[in-house]
Amino acid sequence: MSKSKGSISKGIDQMMIWLYFLLVFIGITAIFAVTYREGDSVVSSFFSFKTDYSKQLYFFIVAIFIGVFILLTDSKFFTATANLWYAVGIVMLLLVFPFHSSVKGTESIIRFGGFNFQPAEFCKVCVCLALAKYLALPNMDFSKQRSQLIAAGIAVIPALLTILQKETGLALVYFSFFLVMYREGLPPAILIIGFTIAVLVIASIVIDPNILAIILTIIAAFVIYFNRRQVRRDRSKLVSIIFLWLVCVGIQRFAVPFVFKNVLQKHQVERIYSLFGKDNPYSAESAAIKNATAKKVGNTADYNVRQSKIAIGSGGLFGQGLLSGTQTRYDFVPEQRTDFIFCTIGESFGFAGTFVLLIIYLIFLFRIVMIAERQRSVFSRCYAYGVAAVFFFHITINVAMTVGLAPVIGIPLPFISYGGTALLTFTILVFILIRLDADRQMVLR
Amino acid sequence: MPVFNGSRSYIIRLIFLVTIMIIIAQLFNLQVVSGKYQKLAQDNAVFRKVVYPSRGIIFDRNGKSILNNTLMYDLMVTPSEVKNVDTAYLCQLLQIDTADFKQRIVNAILRNGRFRPSSFEELLSPEKYARFEENMWRFNSGFYLQQRPIRVYPFNAGAHIMGYVGEVDSGIIARSGNFYEPGDYVGRSGIEAFYERILMGQRGVQFLIKDNKNRLKGQYENGEFDTAEIAGRSLRTYIDIELQQLAEKLMTNKVGAVVAIEPKTGGIIAMTSGPNYNPNNLTGSEFKKNYTKLVLDVAGPLLNRSIKGQYPPGSTFKPIGALVALDEGLITPSFGYGCSGRYYACGIGKPACTHSNPGHAANLRLAIANSCNSYFTHIYRLAADNPKYANVKDGYAKWREYMNQFGLGIRLGIDLPSEDRGNVPDTSVYNKDYRNVWNSCTNLTLGIGQDKMTSTPLQLANAMCLIANKGYYFTPHFVKNIDGETKEDTVLNRFRKRHNVLTDISNEAYEAVMSGMQDVVERGTATGARIPGINICAKTGTAQNFIIMDGRKLELNENAMFVCFAPRENPTIALAVIVENAGYGSTSAAPIASLLIEKFLNDTLRPESIKRIDELSNKNLMPSHLPRLQYKADSTRAFRWYQITKDSNYIKKYLKRSFPKPAKKDSPAPIQRIVFSQDHDFIEPKKMHTMKKKTVV
Repeated sequence: MSKSKGSISKGIDQMMIWLYFLLVFIGITAIFAVTYREGDSVVSSFFSFKTDYSKQLYFFIVAIFIGVFILLTDSKFFTATANLWYAVGIVMLLLVFPFHSSVKGTESIIRFGGFNFQPAEFCKVCVCLALAKYLALPNMDFSKQRSQLIAAGIAVIPALLTILQKETGLALVYFSFFLVMYREGLPPAILIIGFTIAVLVIASIVIDPNILAIILTIIAAFVIYFNRRQVRRDRSKLVSIIFLWLVCVGIQRFAVPFVFKNVLQKHQVERIYSLFGKDNPYSAESAAIKNATAKKVGNTADYNVRQSKIAIGSGGLFGQGLLSGTQTRYDFVPEQRTDFIFCTIGESFGFAGTFVLLIIYLIFLFRIVMIAERQRSVFSRCYAYGVAAVFFFHITINVAMTVGLAPVIGIPLPFISYGGTALLTFTILVFILIRLDADRQMVLR
Repeated sequence: MPVFNGSRSYIIRLIFLVTIMIIIAQLFNLQVVSGKYQKLAQDNAVFRKVVYPSRGIIFDRNGKSILNNTLMYDLMVTPSEVKNVDTAYLCQLLQIDTADFKQRIVNAILRNGRFRPSSFEELLSPEKYARFEENMWRFNSGFYLQQRPIRVYPFNAGAHIMGYVGEVDSGIIARSGNFYEPGDYVGRSGIEAFYERILMGQRGVQFLIKDNKNRLKGQYENGEFDTAEIAGRSLRTYIDIELQQLAEKLMTNKVGAVVAIEPKTGGIIAMTSGPNYNPNNLTGSEFKKNYTKLVLDVAGPLLNRSIKGQYPPGSTFKPIGALVALDEGLITPSFGYGCSGRYYACGIGKPACTHSNPGHAANLRLAIANSCNSYFTHIYRLAADNPKYANVKDGYAKWREYMNQFGLGIRLGIDLPSEDRGNVPDTSVYNKDYRNVWNSCTNLTLGIGQDKMTSTPLQLANAMCLIANKGYYFTPHFVKNIDGETKEDTVLNRFRKRHNVLTDISNEAYEAVMSGMQDVVERGTATGARIPGINICAKTGTAQNFIIMDGRKLELNENAMFVCFAPRENPTIALAVIVENAGYGSTSAAPIASLLIEKFLNDTLRPESIKRIDELSNKNLMPSHLPRLQYKADSTRAFRWYQITKDSNYIKKYLKRSFPKPAKKDSPAPIQRIVFSQDHDFIEPKKMHTMKKKTVV
């Protein structure tokens, strides 16, 4: 892989670099397709810094500089300063509370001159580094519950701070770090339990609460019936089954409604329910008012996804061509430059385009995993898995959202969505990985 | 410990792979399998704009355009763009207040949204348009004027013939099989309705791109799918617009109808119905107001009495009766009947006859000239009791068949919608009424155009054509040809087919009938209709009638009727004139017909005729019971509104007499004490005619 051309390129994974350039290029093209207006001179508007695609181009140039800067840095710098970065990240997150400026309902943005800076976005790098650092501690025994809890804490604390800033989507990203912990030995039972709870939550959204309670009771009864011999022998089994049943019913009857009513915001609940084609039952409005408004404006929670599906669906097999898609050209899909940029690709290039893009992403993810597995140092491996987890979460949730498989969560599509902070963050994540990989023969602590 | 838990890397890769594959499957479903999203995208972004062609023009026989198009202007507003507009001045120009202004803006937003233009005021009156044109620069942000073609009738004449256009309603859309779309204008009556498909032309369609706020952004696919509109084709008619205007002038303040047909072609030269209205009132901005007024008028100005008025033909029927007897070979022109003043053959001495001197019905010519009731009653009975047929029912059935051949009791098929067919009762009607026991004495007055028989003025004029043509006629129609007519235009074919009904009757027989009719003008009942140098053949008729109002029978003046054709040698015009409640046919109907003939044949009028025009048009022959009828209709309607809405304002003005000063405003007491007579029969204008009963002299 590595060729000895110069000091910078030595040991560098070129494939990662090419994939990176390819994805950023696709991204700028897509932003161009959305925001280019007929009659503008293409070349001059690309360098004017007035249009979004030109801004993205400049962000990219800045990102390259930072990337080169990272590649010139010693790998040890990252292991040495990982905890420091984490502290910086947390402080920045805390600084948001007094200094944020309210933009579009979020309270996570600090205005910095003419730029909007989102610490929650940047903090992903810090968590990634800090988690890797913690997991790579020389006397680390990850089978201990204490270390598991600390590792979880490292990821969850910024997540909680982000939730307080009303950026639930970005907060969820931090939970993707459990993938790293899984790789490092987190018992699969936890994942299984998590999965079970997810199924239970979805079931309690989709199925009427009373019917679901009956179903759960029947399942419990069956379990007891089929295990009657063991139960007769050991009474504690019966107790544990009944306890499990109580927990399940409790989650379904009380926990889910509690979270939907008191923790999540109204629009988020609506988005989740609209994903399953249902109205939000916890809304304070009376049904009559809601019906009236719903008829008039259409279901607003549903609107984004419907328009996005129409845009992607209208692409067909080979798409309508760049700048020819009617849906994305005429602003039918909201937030097209940022969260719904995938629609533009879907409409312009059709299934062929989206398939190719997803395959590129898949190669990108597999490449990161491959890089992770070839590291000698635990730190590098954990960091690589962290990067993979973050990218995986962003890609799947964003794309799944645009095709109606996941609720609308406002997180960007890596390298493609418009946005300076996001592009810089992803660039830093990748280039640190490339730097660490270049020194994979070294054992970093 | 690098490969510690190494197998989990494969599980993670598997998770990545499976998740991405699920998403790809969903994409495949959305983009390749399910076709509906492309359609939805089209609905989203492509606006189908219908381009309306200009409607066809209608020309009269001399090539004058009598129904044309003109442009009017709608004031349009785009609510989102209204900024810094001098609203006070705008309101002043439109004569509205600011509250109204705000309401209209709100309505516009509700109708079409904030970003798309909607109409602020439709069809500006010419004065308002002129003022706006000057001041448009003041309102350029948000407001603009949009052209809109509307129909115009340059001669202010021919309302009933031409009809009017109006917006389609759901019924029309359903009947057309969704050919029309909401917002389309369509001919709602008259020629406009009958020749709708020819006049309307072909709508064009433009496909335009719109954005998420419904703003139009330009052509879709460079107009590849657009179709151009094709203008409506024009119609050339037989109408003589000057004659039409004269006929309408003569019928002012009269209830009745005039129909003038060219016998050689069946082309209708003029057709009017009184009371009339100015067709230009039903175009443009005042449509609703004027239409409501016309609909609520009990005299029925919207009713075309030429094709919908059902009158007993009375004496004007006699020449037709004669022709039937002649064709059956029951009489010859020299056939005479000894009438002594009454018809005694059925034992009751009815009907009576104007003349009692012997020999006034010594032959057909004399019988027609003297309008002998006995003679024509007799020949009707001869026809009904014709020994050729088994019994009176068969004889009558044959007679009725003749009537239908003449175009009586059937729809002639004129090129106007909703023609009435009049009434020549079927045998079954008599069977039912007389429990199967009846003979030719039962309905003997059919011979003089009475009993249950009714006909429309159009049918009578058509019968005149048949006599003038000596046995044939063409279905009466207005349209001579269509501009750019092709083989596919089959609509006119049936008007070009000659109906040879009675061509096998001998020439002498026709000459006898014509001579009798000419005598009517020369020395009979219609000498006032005589024009020097023109031989007119005519027949007068008079029908008594009454209506029942307020529970009492109210005798009305007789309907005056006059049918004729001229000149006898080469007939070019056949007329039927009916003036309701005008007294004898000779006093008002005959002069009207005479003036029309003179105008049409000589193209100019003698000075004394011009004087007569003023005299006749100033004559007010509106039935005296109409105001009372109007009051009853209005008050009954008001009372119904009051019953529905419980708003006593509707009936206030009808309470004047019983309550000179309402002391307590909110008291419900006065309302309970209004007395509406039990027998208040709300008479709708259309039914008025059928209610009239009549006897003929």
